[in-house]
Amino acid sequence: MTLGNWLALFVALVTAAEVVRALRHRALRRDQWGRRFFRLRTTSWGLGILMFLVIVALVAPLIAPFDPNRQLDIVHLTNQPPSWTFLLGTDPLSRDVWSRVVYGARVSLGIGALGALVAVALGTLVGAIAGYYRRWIDAALMRGVDVGLALPRIFILLMAVALWDGLPFAALVIAIGLTSWFGTSRLVRAEVLSLRQRDFVVAARALGAGSSRVILRHVLPNAAAPIIVAAALGVGNVLLLEAALSFLGIGVPPPDASWGNMIADGAPGLYTAPWSTFFPGLAISLVVMSLNAVADGVRDAMNPREDTT
Amino acid sequence: MTAPAAPAAPAAPPVLLRVRDLKTYFVTEHGKGTARAVDDVSFDLFPGETLGIVGESGCGKTVTSLSILRLVPEPPGHVLPGSLIEFEGRNLLALSAPELRAVRGNQIAMIFQEPMTSLNPVFTVGDQIAEAAIIHQHLSRRAARARAIEMLRLVGIPDPDERVDDYPHQLSGGMRQRVMIAMALICHPKVLIADEPTTALDVTIQAQILELLDRLQHELGMAVLLITHDLGVVAGHADRVVVMYAGRVVETATTDALFEQPTHPYTEGLLAAVPRIDARRARLHAIPGQVPAATAWPPGCRFHPRCPYAWEKCVAEEPPLLDAGDGAGHAARCWLVTEPERRVPKR
Amino acid sequence: MTLVEVQDLVKHYPGERSWFGLGAPRAAVRAVDGVSFTIASGRTLGLVGESGSGKTSVGRTMLRLQEPTAGKVLFDGNDVFALDAARLRALRRRMQIVFQDPYSSLNPRMTVEATLREPLEIHRLNGAVSALLEEVGLDAAFAKRYPHELSGGQRQRVGIARALSVEPQFIVCDEPVSALDVSVQAQVLNLLADLQAKRRLTYLFIAHDLAVVRHIADDVAVMYLGKIVERAPAAEIYAQPRHPYTTALLSAVPEPNPRATKQRIVLAGDMPSAAHPPAGCPFHPRCPHPMKSDRCRTEVPALRPITTGHLAACHYAQSPMTLADAAHQPLNRPRHQ
Repeated sequence: MTLGNWLALFVALVTAAEVVRALRHRALRRDQWGRRFFRLRTTSWGLGILMFLVIVALVAPLIAPFDPNRQLDIVHLTNQPPSWTFLLGTDPLSRDVWSRVVYGARVSLGIGALGALVAVALGTLVGAIAGYYRRWIDAALMRGVDVGLALPRIFILLMAVALWDGLPFAALVIAIGLTSWFGTSRLVRAEVLSLRQRDFVVAARALGAGSSRVILRHVLPNAAAPIIVAAALGVGNVLLLEAALSFLGIGVPPPDASWGNMIADGAPGLYTAPWSTFFPGLAISLVVMSLNAVADGVRDAMNPREDTT
Repeated sequence: MTAPAAPAAPAAPPVLLRVRDLKTYFVTEHGKGTARAVDDVSFDLFPGETLGIVGESGCGKTVTSLSILRLVPEPPGHVLPGSLIEFEGRNLLALSAPELRAVRGNQIAMIFQEPMTSLNPVFTVGDQIAEAAIIHQHLSRRAARARAIEMLRLVGIPDPDERVDDYPHQLSGGMRQRVMIAMALICHPKVLIADEPTTALDVTIQAQILELLDRLQHELGMAVLLITHDLGVVAGHADRVVVMYAGRVVETATTDALFEQPTHPYTEGLLAAVPRIDARRARLHAIPGQVPAATAWPPGCRFHPRCPYAWEKCVAEEPPLLDAGDGAGHAARCWLVTEPERRVPKR
Repeated sequence: MTLVEVQDLVKHYPGERSWFGLGAPRAAVRAVDGVSFTIASGRTLGLVGESGSGKTSVGRTMLRLQEPTAGKVLFDGNDVFALDAARLRALRRRMQIVFQDPYSSLNPRMTVEATLREPLEIHRLNGAVSALLEEVGLDAAFAKRYPHELSGGQRQRVGIARALSVEPQFIVCDEPVSALDVSVQAQVLNLLADLQAKRRLTYLFIAHDLAVVRHIADDVAVMYLGKIVERAPAAEIYAQPRHPYTTALLSAVPEPNPRATKQRIVLAGDMPSAAHPPAGCPFHPRCPHPMKSDRCRTEVPALRPITTGHLAACHYAQSPMTLADAAHQPLNRPRHQ
């Protein structure tokens, strides 16, 4: 680690903390939405950690002291424990773990966010349509979902990889998203089924509101809480799925680092060099916990009942 | 074992259940205030009588009934020290948990408004009715089941031998309420607290259930605390009435006196607001405004912001329960008792 | 002039099929089974029945909030069930609904203002939220509130304001006061009466409470198990009910008068399930009419005129049951003294 790296890291940390502080300050003064969002202290922490990780990913070259893919010295520098030079140690191929975690944030956060976004959007869409229109649409979609839930996801992805040689990053994200929405659609459908019976939804229809308006303004906002929780958990799931895929050798192709394939790479040396799996694992856990904290905040913010004033 | 027929050790006191200065407060959700749901309520229940407690939602009638058996969830609720709930000379508020359990369901039983949620959906009605007998009278399963069938017959359920094995969802609302009554009465309690027992039922079913309660009270000789918002139900079924408003008792009287000469302006307004089936009125009398929040009762008389007669004294000072002087215990928490000439509506 | 005409309306809810729709369906619930009536412009028809009678389904099917199984509804000459989506939407402006439960009828995530502004947006109307609020007796400051900050009566007023926002001619009031406290119930009933007079509204007032209906309805129809069993001008039906169910229903209303000498008929049993209605007259298993005969068990009585404007579906409506006929008892039980 050079002085420049430390400085950049410090600046990233301070920036994240200050931005959250400023946001919180403004939100608490200004509006109900913000006040409800920041009601729980954990939300601020989660937001801060996520922001820090995003900044780190963005300015990775400034923070990482080494080229993440470079094998520094395959003879002398494999499986080095953490030190001032190698902050988080080195992996079995003598690559700097810290640099790989930093660069891996780009890949993993990208896959996680986009994959979960695709999954939640698709799940919400299908669930809302099935639950709102019911009848044969519902029956057809839900039978499809049953099949999707019954087939092992890894198996579907393996088939996709087999059919499509050299999977590009975007295709991987989409493939993960396309196989992760079944549970969410079930959840959303159940919410929509009960909400569509509620009088305020009937009232909106009686006033002449079209289906899209009813769904977007009256049904989905009231189903937001489970959707948001599903999204937060979904990111974690996608990160773990990517790790599993990397383990099978069909995830992010080497030598590029993702937190998932770092765990896969380090797994054989779990006892002798735990740091090369521990730190990417820690990063995944941090993201999942922070997301859950932020999800709690969003859920509260969307529910006017949470207002304390 | 306390068999209901066993003679009570001391001479039976004239008052069966004495409630004095009952205060049950709730800490509100975000800890920002105290809801004074029941605020200094006193009344007596005599053996064999029906006492009606009437009031609208938020007046504290249900919390009062829950407080008697200490069923108020704590926290957020708590019964304040200084409150007294005396049953046959024992302060229920001072009993230990096992002593209290021996009273609950055995000597004082309760039925609730919602017969669907008050029954456990995964047990048969027979199991649920028998439970109290097994707990309190230590009956065997077989004997308890026989008692359950007997109780189902008593509450007028046809084919009790078969219905005893039904699950709650197989019964109609009226039948479920009968099952609730059977559960409550299996130990022959001395007091039955009926909290809006017919509110969730249709009017023809309500008539059946009220008739059943009257008959059972007559046969079993128990006292009934009938909690309701429906003045019609009170008129037909209570001997005496306590009217509650904003956590307070505002009027108490015999049923006849209350309906003949409602003294508190709230009682008067409530009676006038009931749509009557015997005559069409062009406009219904409405009490203006809303029931205030339990965290901020108005100062002075709690009814004064909605009262058509209120004057300065009502804002400044809350009246005590004043004897209306009919010799039968008619009392009202209103300054009009002392200054009847002011009963002239301002609006 | 007739504004609303309902002809032989039928609404059955099909029984669920098991096994992906391949198994045998369970019996259909015949919620509404051939209901006809008309409402003249500016008048109120009270539709009375107990839970399970099908009264709510009538109101919702009329507005085509659910699709009918059969029958016809004419609104100002338009066949409501034959309209395409665009014309139905236009007609929605003229027919509105007010709901029973003030807690579920407002979107908890929308302020009062957003709730009232939405219909104006849908139909591109110029209207002021504050004027609507004033009309239902609420202060303009309520616009910024959320439903959970309002009392039941205030919510119900917002629900009424929402229905009024599109300036309808006809409103289905689906038990609008049965969830409210007595004192507030009177406020809302008076408000509905005032609005009717001011805006010349036509109401279908659905209720289970005959006493409430008496104060607002010009005509009353009583439903039992998906059918109208009696229909007459209000004064007439309260004075001289022709169907034994109506008689029993009237007698069962608890009166706030301890000295009432009224006699009460306590009907035995429950209303049968609408999935398996009894043969013949739907009311016969519970009917206390002294002339009840085999005919009641086999032949469905038609809703027919008994006197001018007074219809009843009872084979023996010409000689209506009196309270003394029925198995009765005094309203006041012996008092404990």
